[in-house]
Amino acid sequence: MPRKVRLATIWLDGCSGCHMSILDMDEAIVAVAKKIDLVYGPLVDAQKFPDFVDVTLVEGAVSSQEDMEKIQIVRQRSKLVVALGDCAVTSNVPSMRNSIPVKKLLERVYVEGADATPGVPTEGVPKLLKRALPIQEIIKVDLHVPGCPPPASTIVFVLTELLEGRMPDLGSRIKFG
Amino acid sequence: MSTKRKTAQQAPEGEPRETVMKKITIDVVTRIEGHAKVSIYLNSEGRVDSAQLHVTQVRGFEKFVEGRPFYEMPGITARICGICPVSHLLASVKACDAIMAVEIPETAVLLRELLHCGQFVQSHALSFFHLSSPDLLLGFDSDPAARNVLGVIEKHPALALDGVALRKFGQQVIEGLAAERIHPSWTVPGGVNAPLSSEVRDRILSELPKAKAITARTLEFYKGVVDQFKEEIESFGTAPTMYAGLVDAGGGFQLYDGRLRFRGADGAVVTDQVRPRDYATYIGEAALANSYLKAPYFKPAGYPDGAYRVGPLARLNAADSMGTPEAQKQFEEYHQRFGTVVQSAFHYHYARLVEATWALERIGMLLEDPRILDTRVRARAGVNSLEGVGMIEAPRGTLIHHYKVNEQGAIVWANLIVATGHNNLAMNRSVEQVAKRFVDGNKLEEGMLNRVQAVVRAYDPCLSCSTHAAGQIPLRVQLFAADGTMVDELVTR
Repeated sequence: MPRKVRLATIWLDGCSGCHMSILDMDEAIVAVAKKIDLVYGPLVDAQKFPDFVDVTLVEGAVSSQEDMEKIQIVRQRSKLVVALGDCAVTSNVPSMRNSIPVKKLLERVYVEGADATPGVPTEGVPKLLKRALPIQEIIKVDLHVPGCPPPASTIVFVLTELLEGRMPDLGSRIKFG
Repeated sequence: MSTKRKTAQQAPEGEPRETVMKKITIDVVTRIEGHAKVSIYLNSEGRVDSAQLHVTQVRGFEKFVEGRPFYEMPGITARICGICPVSHLLASVKACDAIMAVEIPETAVLLRELLHCGQFVQSHALSFFHLSSPDLLLGFDSDPAARNVLGVIEKHPALALDGVALRKFGQQVIEGLAAERIHPSWTVPGGVNAPLSSEVRDRILSELPKAKAITARTLEFYKGVVDQFKEEIESFGTAPTMYAGLVDAGGGFQLYDGRLRFRGADGAVVTDQVRPRDYATYIGEAALANSYLKAPYFKPAGYPDGAYRVGPLARLNAADSMGTPEAQKQFEEYHQRFGTVVQSAFHYHYARLVEATWALERIGMLLEDPRILDTRVRARAGVNSLEGVGMIEAPRGTLIHHYKVNEQGAIVWANLIVATGHNNLAMNRSVEQVAKRFVDGNKLEEGMLNRVQAVVRAYDPCLSCSTHAAGQIPLRVQLFAADGTMVDELVTR
């Protein structure tokens, strides 16, 4: 029996809608589950990104210092990196903040937007980058799967092709927006 | 929670040496919807002194929506959260209805509520089956590598498939009405953009009995096992707080419309029938130095004393009755078993299943209402008010969207208060309580840390929502000695 494919998923600056679209494959998840080891991601308990991963699906833009560190670890330890959804592909909605200075953004939320103990959080929280970036600006991406979110049927297709050892040709399965 | 604790964390150097001995950080709280970490502070005996949940992501929606036309707000704010986009869509279109100053067609009200019920089913299924059942079925101390939904599929396939099917049913209700499961564009200011077809109605009605059967057997199963978790129940966030939830004019359970009620831990109603537009009289927001998640509080009680909880546990505490027959029966049994005001956060799970029962009954009632197929579903108007507030119950609790616009309808100011935010103060108290009960700083074990995470999971926090400002939820545990050097570390990314 061939070794199971080691799959990881990670969620950076996004809404988790792409992860929900993964679950929207419904019962098809049972067949996929037989062929993979889900080694990291919001659905499992691993605390540490594993040293060796076959495929990592990345949801979300790179928005904070922590995202920046994570995406580099993902690249170093994954054979294939898939940008899943518009935030990872183009930085989409998270990038709507890009024209606003970070300080102004945070002060709006935590100073003007607080009527008790106002102040921008600084302890135990990662710093925001100046701009929310698509992951391809930081690392090499092997496959882009756009969509907000990509439809479950497209995700099933991508996983099935990858499990068969083929690079998926998305063709008409690409969804914009 | 107290100022004392805050001082201990913000300025440990100002505290006597012996009080803050070590710090443990759980870097990624797993199987929750977002990004968080927990710090646990130990005293010199190695016992837990205090604990703090950090939410580590923020996105700034309130700022970057400035200048956008108000009718774009549903589409933009849905992207706050892919788990409950329908909640944001509905709170947003309600705020927009208020800006247009229209009363939407009654069929549109029924259709929006139907969509909302579909979302409750899918979201509660996700929380119970996909995220929490691994703890309940496989055990808090079981192998972490298999303690996830795929592990449940392997060990308890029947229950796992029930979970997949129930979530699917909810998503299909959403898809049937709104064409897409995630981020649909069907709900619009003034109503919805297409009526319901009789084919879709009939299809949902034909699937409904199966979904009801799944929920009924899951509830029976849960009632049978809940007593095994006596120790967790007793220590999972039992510190008394107030509870908030929407109710109708008679005090009955409400999710889509209704006004806000606050009930005290002693069972007395503190404030009742708060209209959406008056929320700011009762709800204030505090910024925390160590989290991107702000902490709303009940203004009349001040900060931090005005802690309250929202979500399933709170709604069943706030309401006097459910209004559907099966859910009413379950509601009575639940309160008989655990008291008039149920305090333990562990019972969020039970309350969630009672609410799923209600949502399915309500779906049946709405679909059988002859008005549901009416084709007048949208009111059209321009800007007739420069301010609007939308308030609904999202699966995780009360959700408020508040917009101000200029004469042209561009957003000039926005405020969003999300469910998980309301629970911030209480979640922190619960994390501390569980850490005190289960964590022994002299001997760290994975199962202890999992329980700390599990209490966070019980609240089903949506950090995606809560960090609309900016954010994320993972766990690392670090031990810090009094001199600030790290003595031990359990896991990071």
